[in-house]
Amino acid sequence: MTTADLLGKIIQVVGALAAFSLVIGLVLFLIDRAPKRGRDYWQLAFFIAPALILLGVGLIYPAFRTSLLAFTNSSGKWVGGENFVWMFTQPAALITLGNTLIWVVLVPTVATAIGLGYAVFIDKSRGEKYFKALVFMPMAISFVGAGIIWRFIYDYRVAGNAQIGLLNQIVVWFGGQPVQWLQTTPINTFLLIVVMIWIQTGFAMVILSAAIKGIPTEQVEAAELDGTNAWQRFTNVTLPGIRGSLVVVITTISIATLKVFDIVRTMTAGNFNTSVIANEMYTQAFRAGEQGRGAALAIVLFLMVLPIVIYNVRILRKQREIR
Amino acid sequence: MSVNHYRRLAVPVATAAVIGLALTACTGDIAAQDTSKTNCADYSSYGTFKNNPEVKIGGTIQDVEADRLVSSWKDFEACTGIKVSYQGTKEFEAQIAVLAEGGNAPDIGIIPQPGLFNKLADAGFLKKAPKAVEANVDKWWSKDWKGYGTAADGAFYAAPLMASVKGYVWYSPAEFKAKGYETPKTLDELMTLTKKIAADGDHKPWCAGVGSGDATGWAGTDWVEDYVLRQAGADTYDKWIKHEIPFNDPAIAKAFDSVGSILKNPDYVNGGLGDVSSIISTEFGDAGLPILDGKCSLHHQASFYEGFWKKADGSKVTVSPTGDVYAFLLPPVKAGGEQAVTGGGELVGAFKSSDQITAVLSYLSSDTWANNRVKEGGVISANTGLDPKNASSDLLAQSIKILQDPKTVFRFDGSDLMPGAVGTDSFWKGIVSWLSGDGTSKVLDTIEASWPKS
Repeated sequence: MTTADLLGKIIQVVGALAAFSLVIGLVLFLIDRAPKRGRDYWQLAFFIAPALILLGVGLIYPAFRTSLLAFTNSSGKWVGGENFVWMFTQPAALITLGNTLIWVVLVPTVATAIGLGYAVFIDKSRGEKYFKALVFMPMAISFVGAGIIWRFIYDYRVAGNAQIGLLNQIVVWFGGQPVQWLQTTPINTFLLIVVMIWIQTGFAMVILSAAIKGIPTEQVEAAELDGTNAWQRFTNVTLPGIRGSLVVVITTISIATLKVFDIVRTMTAGNFNTSVIANEMYTQAFRAGEQGRGAALAIVLFLMVLPIVIYNVRILRKQREIR
Repeated sequence: MSVNHYRRLAVPVATAAVIGLALTACTGDIAAQDTSKTNCADYSSYGTFKNNPEVKIGGTIQDVEADRLVSSWKDFEACTGIKVSYQGTKEFEAQIAVLAEGGNAPDIGIIPQPGLFNKLADAGFLKKAPKAVEANVDKWWSKDWKGYGTAADGAFYAAPLMASVKGYVWYSPAEFKAKGYETPKTLDELMTLTKKIAADGDHKPWCAGVGSGDATGWAGTDWVEDYVLRQAGADTYDKWIKHEIPFNDPAIAKAFDSVGSILKNPDYVNGGLGDVSSIISTEFGDAGLPILDGKCSLHHQASFYEGFWKKADGSKVTVSPTGDVYAFLLPPVKAGGEQAVTGGGELVGAFKSSDQITAVLSYLSSDTWANNRVKEGGVISANTGLDPKNASSDLLAQSIKILQDPKTVFRFDGSDLMPGAVGTDSFWKGIVSWLSGDGTSKVLDTIEASWPKS
């Protein structure tokens, strides 16, 4: 880069900033001078416009285009429903759909169950803060980071060599033969699911723990006076009391699970029958150059997430009405 | 009031001035190269240009390789007055079509594989090669190579640039000498040698690894391509790539089975690394290293593997016929016949045309450029005007000789030429499931079914 280039760039930046503030200033000035009648609406329109435009460019237009792309092949020709036929007939694609179902059934239920159990057990115990931090910490690790960590745990070395993977070392300690964990179908899918549960349990635990603390003590005491045991108190007082939070936790984790991509990509890259929709979507669209198939997968993913989002919104709205 | 006003302005202005001065220190103004020092006789045919017109080149080549590329045209710039600016990015392959569509492509693109070239040429983004370039290619390159720069419409668009040779088998010259092994001349001899090493018993003959993150499996596709080209011949190879024969054709199945007789035989793999399934989990870069420990004798990988050799203690590995490791080309079916090789290489296509672009294109397709670039080290070219002595290592010199041999049949890496859905997806995945135990016919049927209908 020469000095002239640099100066040119600086002038560009300054110019762009000046133009930006000029436009914004002008808009603000005009809004202020808007006719008295319906000034509120004018102002509303002006202030909301940038967000709406960005939403349109960044969300609505791409969604529309993706829907169209799903019906074309790699060279952009219209092929009708061929991509969807491919998705529901190819054995590899069917495995992908099946795996996604396994993920979305197991991760939310197991993560929420463990998180809830943990939250109940450590509630009001000594050192609760530290127990919570311990389980919450995996939340702070990125999915890719978690994938790499767990790939080491599942790592395999030939029998006789020093095992560097924790799981295989434990197997060897108990006199077993090391296993190629990530290459063995179908256990590998479940081993990947463990990683997701490990991350999401902390999230479930924190939300549910807070919800448990929100249950009025009067209710718990009344139940105690009525002579309930701990299990009855849990099912009749705690669970109804945290129902809203439970729904939020389960739906949030379900959506995150449907979109899971990083874990599968870093740990197996979708090989050995472990692929899920989001991973396959990326592979088809950007590696194989089959945008149509990728877009079709994206639409199926969207249709799977949609009911969960709708349910979530409805529950939240109902709760607001109760209050 | 006015004094105050000036004072308020003074601080920002002064700050800006200081920052500006500081930044100028960071930018080295490029000094015009002294033409008197360079010998311009080689460059007179390209003409001289006034006012230093700029020619922009884009490509995937980066880092050291990019520096070497840039210095390969320094003299050309100094003598002709053309300013050649190169920009390398890993995203070039993904972006170039988009840039070309928007009219923002660089003047010249270094296209890393013929599949992408065909796409660009068919879409009408590329300009036909100027006459001078075509004359150069006719003079310095084989017909095979010219064919890769020719599009479906029969016109010639892009000259080849550099090349690489795949299908090498790495071995330890010292071990071969000590045990009396000889480099095989035919594929049968290779199997005999494999049996002999296995029978000698102190280690398994082959080590292999196809692990490569989300591209796991590609190293296995190279094996299959090498066998298809050698066993079934170049015609069948071309048909296979163009899908004129199905992927589950008997010729392809035969190649898979031949590779399988080595890679899927637990007696022959995986020296120092484990059993057959360890091929998938071993990174391709580490797979050959057991040769250095004497735990493995043979490893199949392209010439670029020269840069991957490393000893555990960090000392240098010498790659030469008398050094720690060296490589022979995977032999043909019949000794002394045609030697077929697979490999890779770049094509240089122009998105715009002007006199200075023509000059740059002609220079890049000349023997002068090939020798200049190879002297910088690390790469070779299939340009027949290239002197093998300029190569930076024994192996590269050997590769140049192979490429220049008129008896050599050169074919591009097949998976690069197939549609992405196969070449960079189902073929890789097929190799993985095949090595994890699936039968040849099942794997081939799956890959065949994934070939996009058009």
